[in-house]
Amino acid sequence: MAPTITQELELITAGHGGGTGVPARGGDGDRPGGSRRVPVRAYFTLVQLLLAAIVMFFMALTSSYIVRKGLGTDWQQTPLPPILWFNTVILLGSSLTIHLARRRERAAFRPWWTLTILLGLTFLGGQLLAWKQLAAAGMFLDTNPSSSFFYLLTSAHGLHLAGGIFVLFYVVFRDWRRSRISQAAAADLAAIYWHFMDGLWLFLLALLTLGR
Amino acid sequence: MVTTAEAGGHVHSAPTGFIRKYIFSLDHKVIGIQYLLLALFSVFLGMALSLLMRIHLAWPAHKLPFFSGGLMTPEQYLALVTMHGSIMVFMVLTTAPQSGFGNYFLPIQIGAEDMAFPTLNMLSFWTTFVSLAVMASAFFVPEGAPISGWTAYPPLSAVGEQSGPGQGAGQTLWVIGVAIFCAASLMGALNFITTTVDLRAKGMSLLRLPLTVWAWFVTAVLGLLAFGVLLAACVLLLLDRTAGTSFFIPGGLVFTDQVLISHKGGSPLLWQHLFWFFGHPEVYIAILPGMGVASHLLSTFARKPVFGYKAMVIAICGIGFLGFCVWGHHMFVSGMSPYSAFAFSLLTMTIGVPSAIKTFNWLGTLWGGRIQFTSAMLFALGFVSLFVTGGLSGLFLAQPTLDLYLHDTYFVVAHFHLIMGVAAIFGIFGAMYFWYPKMFGRMLNEGLGNLHFWLTFVGVYAIFMPMHYLGIAGHERRYADTTGVGYLAKLQPVHVFITIAAIITVAGQLVFLFNFLHSMKSGKKAEVNPWNATTLEWTVSSPPPFDNFGGKHPHVYRGPYEFGVAGHTADFIPQNLEPEKVSEAH
Repeated sequence: MAPTITQELELITAGHGGGTGVPARGGDGDRPGGSRRVPVRAYFTLVQLLLAAIVMFFMALTSSYIVRKGLGTDWQQTPLPPILWFNTVILLGSSLTIHLARRRERAAFRPWWTLTILLGLTFLGGQLLAWKQLAAAGMFLDTNPSSSFFYLLTSAHGLHLAGGIFVLFYVVFRDWRRSRISQAAAADLAAIYWHFMDGLWLFLLALLTLGR
Repeated sequence: MVTTAEAGGHVHSAPTGFIRKYIFSLDHKVIGIQYLLLALFSVFLGMALSLLMRIHLAWPAHKLPFFSGGLMTPEQYLALVTMHGSIMVFMVLTTAPQSGFGNYFLPIQIGAEDMAFPTLNMLSFWTTFVSLAVMASAFFVPEGAPISGWTAYPPLSAVGEQSGPGQGAGQTLWVIGVAIFCAASLMGALNFITTTVDLRAKGMSLLRLPLTVWAWFVTAVLGLLAFGVLLAACVLLLLDRTAGTSFFIPGGLVFTDQVLISHKGGSPLLWQHLFWFFGHPEVYIAILPGMGVASHLLSTFARKPVFGYKAMVIAICGIGFLGFCVWGHHMFVSGMSPYSAFAFSLLTMTIGVPSAIKTFNWLGTLWGGRIQFTSAMLFALGFVSLFVTGGLSGLFLAQPTLDLYLHDTYFVVAHFHLIMGVAAIFGIFGAMYFWYPKMFGRMLNEGLGNLHFWLTFVGVYAIFMPMHYLGIAGHERRYADTTGVGYLAKLQPVHVFITIAAIITVAGQLVFLFNFLHSMKSGKKAEVNPWNATTLEWTVSSPPPFDNFGGKHPHVYRGPYEFGVAGHTADFIPQNLEPEKVSEAH
């Protein structure tokens, strides 16, 4: 993996100054010519920062959830459709497959990666099914605050995951020979995001389940 | 992401087509100027709205253009309040100092060829543009612009058109516009932080960064952590407005003699917490870049190193951190527990410590300096003055007992306009007079610059100092016409005075606009380094080449404020001057 911010800080405190000069690989493919000096670690910084912003977004929703639930007068806990547990297993499985895709030899990359995409799509399909089951039980977005938050949190997570699936496709179908970062680096970046989405779902599931 | 068709071939080739060069440009310098033009348009729009308000306050019976029958209703006055605040805060104070000047000068000052992600950079500008278009379109829907203020407190902002004109489509457009702005600002913050962390030139260690870069960097961190929260709040508000949820709307609300039965149980205070968790860092997003610019300019034009550089860096970071701990001081009158209020009050007054460090270091920088009173320097000095004046009234408002009385009065209007509005604007003007030669290759006229400074400096004090007295006298904000209220009618001469001062001050801005446009063609040609400054942007041509350094990679040997160094023939040493050349003349 590329140097992280902490390693960078160590370089600086050790007196090596700032930027590390000409990196091995760089550029984000926006400029013609080979002179752009964007090190591959910048892409890792970007993804880490993006996750920080996403954390703040979901923390805002989480504290709203806790506050609104605490008001209490009209809160009726939404029964979670059992299919959520199946979806959770699928998503955990996709974290495993994306891990295997990056660990195995080149030949094994594509099948494991494709399987990850399929599992991601299955998860989204499963979430839609959960919505359908809830709607069939008469629980809609505006039924009560608990159901409002259920639809809101699952759709916010689902949208972020759909973005992840788009990136997974992009990693497979882009012609990386013309790019400034390797497909392996792009796969690493996508995997960081994907694992995070997995962890985020576990957090949201715990929020929706616990303390009822 | 854009892929390049012709990889290899020319090094550093700039785009030649008009659209790629000036409209959908990937060049951070063009994008910076685009942001500045967007802010320039917005600031004149916002000023026009405030003039309408001021004229109405001073002479309520006076006929005005744009209003049916020439008379402004109280609701229309509130719509002006809302749009003036929203446009100024989001489209001027957030865009110009950070996205505008930051975009242009952060990469050059750290020795990079561009932002880390130029396509993302372009996307963030055009997203901001869409956000402005959506927000401004609220003027043109049938019921007009929303009336709930830039803070959009529910239930007024949440229940829809039965709560007043502009609360239907206008308010919805406002919420969507702000949500889009959040996305744009997040993209910008990602780029600023990554660029600062990963693209610094060789030798540009963190403690050699110009204080402008430190300020932009910390501002970007604040944006990254704050705008996600506002985005979440906007999503909740939008659902309350359109999908029948009750996050913010309590039960039993009566509007036009009817009880709202479709909503119940929500908490308007929840919005206030979410909004101000964003809103207070937003204040620092507006002012921190100005602090960076003031430090930079005071050092350059006093020909002295910044006094206490490290303390300045720590103070910037400290203000940024504390900015996230004090949102409750906007809510002292919301019925919060006195214990919470006490904690928020204490934390708020703690911000006085890093602020005082900065102020005394600015004075220390000036002390014994050979001060050059350029227009840029005047605005930097004006910034310090306004920051102190506006900051002192903050200490009053930070105390819950005093705030109970002063809350929602003109005292608050005076406070926040001085410290986050006008001080930030002075930072922008300082930056403009300082960097205009670099951006456009021509000098601004110094005589007109001086005139502009004195008109503005005296003008803003004439506008906002009397508002403190209005507030202490108990004059509420947001009232369209107080001539019919006994104790307020006596204060009417103050309103008239403020309005006259406002008209003169706004007219003074035309001096700047003329200077800005006229100098672009007829200004004196700018040299590479007209101010004898030390940072990297003054080592390249004015304006800089497409890749900033003409294919060279700058190497940095020292800190950013080496002025008046003993033993060196010139009174400044550029950051990239090789150590062996230091005692020679150059």
